[in-house]
Amino acid sequence: MRFIRTKAIVAATGLALSLAACGDAGNDSKSVDVDVAKDAKFDTGSRMAALADQGTINVGVKFDQPGLGFMETGADLPQGFDVDMAKLLVASLGIDPNDTSKVKYVETISDNREPFLESGKVDIVAASYSITDERRAVVGQAGPYMVTGQQLLVPEDSDAEGPEDLKGKEVCSVTGSTSLDNAKEQGMKPVGFDTYSQCVDKVLDGTVEAMTTDGTILLGYAAQNEGKLKVVGDAFSEERIGVGYSKDSPEMCQWIVDTLTKAEEDGKWADAFDANLGGSGAETPDFPEMDTCS
Amino acid sequence: MDAVLENFPDVLHAFGYTVLLFLVSGVLSVVGGTLLVAMRVGPIPVLAKLGSTYVILVRNTPLLMVFFFFTFAGPKIGIKFNFVDVHIGSFDFTAFFAGAVVSLTVYTSAFVCEALRSGVNAVSLGQAEAARAIGLPFSGVMTQVVLPQAFRASVPPVASTLIALLKNTSVAAVFGVIEATSQMKIMTNNHADERWGIFLAFAIGYVILVELVSLLAASFERRWRIA
Amino acid sequence: MTASTVLFDAPGPKARARHRTYSVVALVLIVAVLGYVVYRLADAGQFAYALWEPFVTTRYLEAILWAWWDTITMAVLAVLGALVFGLLFGTGKLSDRATIRRISWLVVEFFRAVPVIMLMIFSFYAIFDSMSIERGAYWSVVLALTVYNGAVLAEVFRAGVNALPKGQAEAAYAIGLRKTQVMNIILLPQAVKIMIPAIISQMVVAVKDTSLILIVFAIGLTKIAKQLPLSFNNIVPTAIVIAALYIITNLALTAIANWAQRRFVGEKEILTIAPVGQDAMSL
Repeated sequence: MRFIRTKAIVAATGLALSLAACGDAGNDSKSVDVDVAKDAKFDTGSRMAALADQGTINVGVKFDQPGLGFMETGADLPQGFDVDMAKLLVASLGIDPNDTSKVKYVETISDNREPFLESGKVDIVAASYSITDERRAVVGQAGPYMVTGQQLLVPEDSDAEGPEDLKGKEVCSVTGSTSLDNAKEQGMKPVGFDTYSQCVDKVLDGTVEAMTTDGTILLGYAAQNEGKLKVVGDAFSEERIGVGYSKDSPEMCQWIVDTLTKAEEDGKWADAFDANLGGSGAETPDFPEMDTCS
Repeated sequence: MDAVLENFPDVLHAFGYTVLLFLVSGVLSVVGGTLLVAMRVGPIPVLAKLGSTYVILVRNTPLLMVFFFFTFAGPKIGIKFNFVDVHIGSFDFTAFFAGAVVSLTVYTSAFVCEALRSGVNAVSLGQAEAARAIGLPFSGVMTQVVLPQAFRASVPPVASTLIALLKNTSVAAVFGVIEATSQMKIMTNNHADERWGIFLAFAIGYVILVELVSLLAASFERRWRIA
Repeated sequence: MTASTVLFDAPGPKARARHRTYSVVALVLIVAVLGYVVYRLADAGQFAYALWEPFVTTRYLEAILWAWWDTITMAVLAVLGALVFGLLFGTGKLSDRATIRRISWLVVEFFRAVPVIMLMIFSFYAIFDSMSIERGAYWSVVLALTVYNGAVLAEVFRAGVNALPKGQAEAAYAIGLRKTQVMNIILLPQAVKIMIPAIISQMVVAVKDTSLILIVFAIGLTKIAKQLPLSFNNIVPTAIVIAALYIITNLALTAIANWAQRRFVGEKEILTIAPVGQDAMSL
């Protein structure tokens, strides 16, 4: 009881604050419209049928990567390209992806995507999840729905043209990401920070020579900081971003592939890309060829 | 434990950074804390007020936020450490190391100041009075009579502060320094099945360092004990 | 030496004039430095309304309030847990049995020597990540801070019991009480009373340490520090606001601790404990 009362006090204080508040800050949410399937039919006994039956699903996404998976402070729904892919999948089960009483978006970080799938904390993961053989040994990965290449973001006046010019130099990326490992392989000194925008700050103030991650993300930051930052070099790695699912339910693979293929055909995939990652000089790429499910 | 043994050079290297962070910020913090305590007990009210405000603000701010300020807010007003670019052997001392040293020093100085102040309070009244009676000014009273005794009396609390500093160097892991905790995080993620062993190995590393500092402090305390 | 005035003579007219000059110079310097900082921040556009607007907008204020609530509850739960842990191992260290004493000593020394941030990383990945529990990060903070602060409180507790006059225990034994009774009826209640300020002070430590979970996962006030700048590119204003919230919270806690000190202990000094690692003799 005590606890509930204190909670009420906090809520009341919040209300009082909000009455006094006069600001109107906020960002428009960008998201693709999805159609909730009316007559979702799945093989009996399949994981999809079970999820459609219970009408609820847990989805693992990132909360801290604007453009891919991002939960705005105080928002109910995450947004981003990964999130839209998840929404398309959820909608195909006949579940409204914008209804937070049915869909729980769980924040996953790079290091806990596999444990979350294995322990069943989440049913699918769409969190800039690169497909690798090591990961496929423990969880299922379908896709890719996006293929990106890792590039470099440097100050406008930098002479660096590619990884070879930055050997032995400090290069920033997000802690726990494959980009960081790739940078190390290329002979750069990786420095891990929490978010990409912190890395952008570090490039802008000259603490590091460059930051590195997917080219699409970097183009967005270059556009925001025109005249100060530029993207250089050819992609020096290929990341194949896919959807993760539990190894216990191999039937989910074909469902994911089919749903995303359909999204490509009816233009939703391209819409999602434009809404989240377009508009900053990144051209909508071709839909990648997906791996066949075994 | 296999992962630790295989990567033993990396582990040692990481602890090297921990020790270096500790030594550099430890020395600077003792200097900073001494200046602060002189300000706090000195005759100039403005400086006394400044000293106590500083101590109150810093003591109540999480170290992580102090790092946050020096990493992200500092550069916006020209506080940058980019000029630091020293490489000794396999150790790199760049802006990240310098930023960590400054953050740790700013934070720990406040605690050293409080520890020293307890030491100053432990010096008996007659000492300062006698010093004044023979005509020493405030600076003489402090540097020749009070502080030397205060340092001795405050060995245990300062030691506690420095041990806390040693453990606090781990916060640098969040801000780009690959010291022991950062290395542990990397290793536990690459060898998820050996988490317990890796954790234990690094924990023992810290315990050894803490015990070393503690033993050193205890021997100083014995040697300097005021009769 | 209580009053610092014994450190210097009462200033005469000349010294007073000199101190006035120093004061003015110091004041001018302080104002100049602060002014320069404000000027540089303004110059960098950090006072633009757009960067501060979220802090007067309802939905962000609510989010900040909930984050603050998380921070407070994590610290409170951790200190409550730490009390249990501290009582357990504090009494363990006073036990008659050598085995219990040694185990308690080992546990307390270990958790006092290991950085909290490491305890958090470990409990986040190794304990809560594979458990089907919601808000694993929240509970890893609580667990890590429980064992760390518990180890500190075990020492505080032992110091509290040892600070009691010997006659208390002797008198209790004299009237025929057994060891557990002496502890529970006579020593504990008195020790806890003089421990209260130290326990509340430990709350300040716990509140500050909740921020360390940022190394693996953002939760509480530091979550705002991480996430809000992603929307508004306002890392400096956010850092100022979040730091201010921590400071206000901790100042309130310190005020409570001081009040409790006066109320329960009187003007005696706050309990102090030996640095970790200097207790090998109790083996």
